[in-house]
Amino acid sequence: MDWTPIWLSLKLSFITTIILLIIGLPVAYWLSRKSSISKLVLEAIITMPLVLPPSVLGFYLLIAFSPQNTLGKWLHETFNIHLVFSFGGLIIASILYSLPFMINPVKSAFVQLPASISEASYTMGKSRTQTLFHVLIPNIKSSILTAAVLTFAHTLGEFGVVLMIGGNIPGITKVASIAIYDSVERMDYSNANNYSFILFSITFVIVIAVFVLNRRLVKSPLE
Amino acid sequence: MINIDIKKRIRTYSGSHLFHIKTSFVSNSITQVLGPSGAGKTTFLKIFAGLIQPEEGFIMVENEIWLDTKANICLPPQKRNVGFVFQDYALFPNMTVEQHLHYGTKDKEYIQQLLSLGRMETFLKHKPRQLSGGQQQRLAILRALVTRPKMLFMDEPFSALDNSLKSGIIFELKHLLKELAITCLVVTHQAFQPGEFSEFSFVLD
Repeated sequence: MDWTPIWLSLKLSFITTIILLIIGLPVAYWLSRKSSISKLVLEAIITMPLVLPPSVLGFYLLIAFSPQNTLGKWLHETFNIHLVFSFGGLIIASILYSLPFMINPVKSAFVQLPASISEASYTMGKSRTQTLFHVLIPNIKSSILTAAVLTFAHTLGEFGVVLMIGGNIPGITKVASIAIYDSVERMDYSNANNYSFILFSITFVIVIAVFVLNRRLVKSPLE
Repeated sequence: MINIDIKKRIRTYSGSHLFHIKTSFVSNSITQVLGPSGAGKTTFLKIFAGLIQPEEGFIMVENEIWLDTKANICLPPQKRNVGFVFQDYALFPNMTVEQHLHYGTKDKEYIQQLLSLGRMETFLKHKPRQLSGGQQQRLAILRALVTRPKMLFMDEPFSALDNSLKSGIIFELKHLLKELAITCLVVTHQAFQPGEFSEFSFVLD
């Protein structure tokens, strides 16, 4: 069995999760503060991948990143970046596709924190940034962990978007979910089963680990 | 002297009404703020602390302007040097008693003095969820004092304390407020006995 697709899937999920953690936390915090029309529109855009067929998102990204079109042409000519059928393209697509899985749970967690704990921090002379890092983020650790795992697992299982933007290039864009589809197309059910079982096992272990960690984080001192 | 003149439109179930307060307080004194439920006592303290913005107003604390809507001046809460004891305590669930106080100052001697005032020396490593209601309330008071504020706002600060603990803490707190020259406004639904804690009363109705 070729392990490259599994490795590529793990690499893609890991990079996507790290980037979304960096982007997602400040965006979720910003969205959790006073609402406005612009925030409402942005939230709707972020949530779109939840309801949109993955192939639709993949199709539009394929069109946008195509060197024949404005954005793709500009990226290619200015930075020599070619996103279609490349691992870089997969990362961008995965980030967009998994945005709601990172941002929505973290935003909800920020909203549920009582406003008075931020206010208490401000009256102690602490800035918004200090309050965010010392008070708010430490108190939503379990939600951040859940969001990160959901993002990782969701990226691991991506198919439609990945197929549209990345195709099926061995060693570059052929991730595990594509390898399963490819094996089934070739009637190689044994290989498809191997990849499927590995993906199932990884996802199951991650979800169990999150449940255990979250139970520990919320455990009452009297237990 | 502390002068305040604020106007804030407040929305309630029965419509909106204008909340207007114009008064002054004596510096370095303790004033109890009394009034019926819903009179706006908490809102008043939060406006004073800079946590709520009034539509119009002026606040001057010992010749320092904290708010002047006409001149477009509004000091953020971080710059007002205030302490606030919230009615729901607003403790940080991730921090121990020790960390709550370290978050505001690095002065270990002062932290020890506060811990002794709140009878909290034996709970240093406890997080809020491991403390009783009374202990949480005492920690909220200590945290508000840890930055040596110019003004201390307390919203029902002794409601969870039993009488003997309350009188002991009140005695030491009064002493500390005088020593640090802190002006204190304390919201309470049950008026203090004369001479018990506050020197002045202000009624919101």
